[in-house]
Amino acid sequence: MATATAPPVMVERLPRSRSLRPLSWERVTPILMIAPSVVLIAIFVYGFIARTAFTSLTAWRGVVPDYTLVGLRNYIRLFQTEKFQADIVNTVHFTVFFLAGCLILGLGAAVLLDQKLRGTIFFQNVFMFPLAISFIVTGTVWRWIFNPSYGLNVLFHNLHLDFLQSGWLTKPSSALNSLTIAAVWQMSGFCMAMFLAGLRGIPEELREAAHVDGATEFQTFRYVVFPLLRPITLSAVIILGHISLKIFDLVFVMTFGGPGYSTDMPGLNMFITTFRQDLFARGAAIATVLLLMVALLIVPYLVWNLRGETER
Amino acid sequence: MGNERWSRREFVGRAGKTAGGVVLGLGMADLLAACGASNAPAAASGTGNLEIFSWWTAGGEADGLKEMFGIYSKKYPNVKIINAAVAGGAGTNAKAVLKTRMEGGKPPDSFQVHAGQELISTWVKAGKMEPLTSIWKSEGWDNTIPSDLKAIVSSSGDVWSVPVNVHRGNALWYNKKILDANNLTAPTTMDDFLSQLGKLKSKVQAPLALGSQGNWQVQMLLENNILAAGGPDFYKKVFSGQASFTDANVKQALSWIKSMLNYVNADHPTLGWDDADKRLIAGTSVYNIMGDWAKGYFTANNWVANTDFGAAPSPGTTGKYVIVCDTFGLPKGAPDRDNAIAWLKVCGSEEGQAAFNPKKGSIPARTDVPASIFDPIAQQFITEFKTDALVPSSAHGSATPDAFASAVNDEMGQFVINKDVDKTAGNLQKLSDEFLKA
Repeated sequence: MATATAPPVMVERLPRSRSLRPLSWERVTPILMIAPSVVLIAIFVYGFIARTAFTSLTAWRGVVPDYTLVGLRNYIRLFQTEKFQADIVNTVHFTVFFLAGCLILGLGAAVLLDQKLRGTIFFQNVFMFPLAISFIVTGTVWRWIFNPSYGLNVLFHNLHLDFLQSGWLTKPSSALNSLTIAAVWQMSGFCMAMFLAGLRGIPEELREAAHVDGATEFQTFRYVVFPLLRPITLSAVIILGHISLKIFDLVFVMTFGGPGYSTDMPGLNMFITTFRQDLFARGAAIATVLLLMVALLIVPYLVWNLRGETER
Repeated sequence: MGNERWSRREFVGRAGKTAGGVVLGLGMADLLAACGASNAPAAASGTGNLEIFSWWTAGGEADGLKEMFGIYSKKYPNVKIINAAVAGGAGTNAKAVLKTRMEGGKPPDSFQVHAGQELISTWVKAGKMEPLTSIWKSEGWDNTIPSDLKAIVSSSGDVWSVPVNVHRGNALWYNKKILDANNLTAPTTMDDFLSQLGKLKSKVQAPLALGSQGNWQVQMLLENNILAAGGPDFYKKVFSGQASFTDANVKQALSWIKSMLNYVNADHPTLGWDDADKRLIAGTSVYNIMGDWAKGYFTANNWVANTDFGAAPSPGTTGKYVIVCDTFGLPKGAPDRDNAIAWLKVCGSEEGQAAFNPKKGSIPARTDVPASIFDPIAQQFITEFKTDALVPSSAHGSATPDAFASAVNDEMGQFVINKDVDKTAGNLQKLSDEFLKA
């Protein structure tokens, strides 16, 4: 709603200034400065989104484009396929556990590192480091770690913890959770950094005041620190959430969607459908559904953000 | 090549890891081709350029290609050959680049493509290829290339590409020493095979090695078993949409896979085909069903044919040959058309195929190339190729369009988990309705 009302304000202001000074540099310069990026974004982001949405309504399959409009047929077919149904379930499952894992581990690590003990800088870097690695590397390494015959299982066996052994990526029941572990390993450091910044941004006086009022350490956390971390948490959820919905590279190297459809994701399905099967219209339909899913997550955040700004 | 494991066509994936560099090289080649075209639009045979597009960038296949270039250069010393090979992804990168070039109206002079539907359902259907029927006739290839193979590269009365080599999809590989120690010989029927697996189960960890990462290996089991259950005629019918996948033959094929799965290694979903063959070398498995590119893996690991390992047709397919075949075609608007035609003649010649195939590890598409220059297993396959019924592989894009093969791939991944014969047969028929009846 806020997005809808914002532009008219601008439009109203512009004609008024134009009537005063038709060719003022002060007015033209900012427009010229912004114009290239506006044009580029209009073409390469919104233009292509529109093009993809249009393609998803056509009958295009095979190497020769076919722009016969077929309405929502591609979407109906798509939702009928067992694979895409599995994709949706997997994405939700993965996103929930990935977010929970990153937030809990990130917050835990941040709280520990905020205790101003020795070596915090060292551990801060240790936890942050996985973030510097690409998902491709993470995926490859974790695929080896999860190999049932020479990875974690051997370690557990040597530690006499055989009950912890698992088929990991080889069993449909455990593959998605194994994938989640690798993703959490990579991204929880990022959460930690955000929470750490948030914790350090909380004025010491607030905690002192709470202590003076007789709050225990836990109560201070529960009623002072946590509420102040809310904006940070929300930002982390948004950033991790859209990474999780669009996940591709990690799945690509770790499991390629298998066994069966147990770790398949919409991003991977889109790639296969479009570039292996040449079903361009259906691939575009997957892309559009994916965009809507991400929008579902991000638009409320943008609205909330804008509201916050206008209140300020 | 770790991250390329997933590919259906990984067997050609002994590709380098320098896709970037090669793409850059291709850019240059593009530029050169464009210059060549503008300077000499109608280059007579014997001068100008020849741009050959493939995904043979490394190992034996690149060496084989070089051999053929050598033969061409000897005949046409003034033609500059441009090797526009695109590395990586076992051909998938190359196909993507080819797509943009063909759509953009800048085709290479000739390009590598699997025989059959991979070309016919795409570029032939789009009207972007020239028929090669007259060249086929003038070169007399009817007498030297089997008619079954000609049928695979033909549609609506015309021939569309020239086969250079033939790989076999239905091969059974075994650790010969373990087999000998147990007084067994390679089985010819499926019942025989399954009972041998039962006997071997107590002796080795998993008698049948399987690497099913990407699922195309299971799809190969399916097509081999359909061939075993229904014979070549049924095979051709079912993969062209004229017979149903709910037929008893397909269900038989699926239940054979189900039985085989009782004897495979548990970690198969994370293994590639080469990891499965590694199990044979390690002695933890005895059998593996895989295309004849497995031979290259064994010999690269210093295993000697017919001493350490042996090969036979996959169970129940004696006298039948599943073809995986590379060919070259002639796109419309090739900038150096005459040179391209001369290239196709080299591809189809005895000299060209004799030079290429020993390096590539395949057998020649021509039946008159002397077998003596090949290894013993290739010799065995050459003999069988001459008399066997030949059928195109669906898993490798010859019998069916890519859209179908890729969807069947997924379906086989499901089957390995749910092992539901009737449901899978029904789903396969749905895919047939959707993709084979267009």
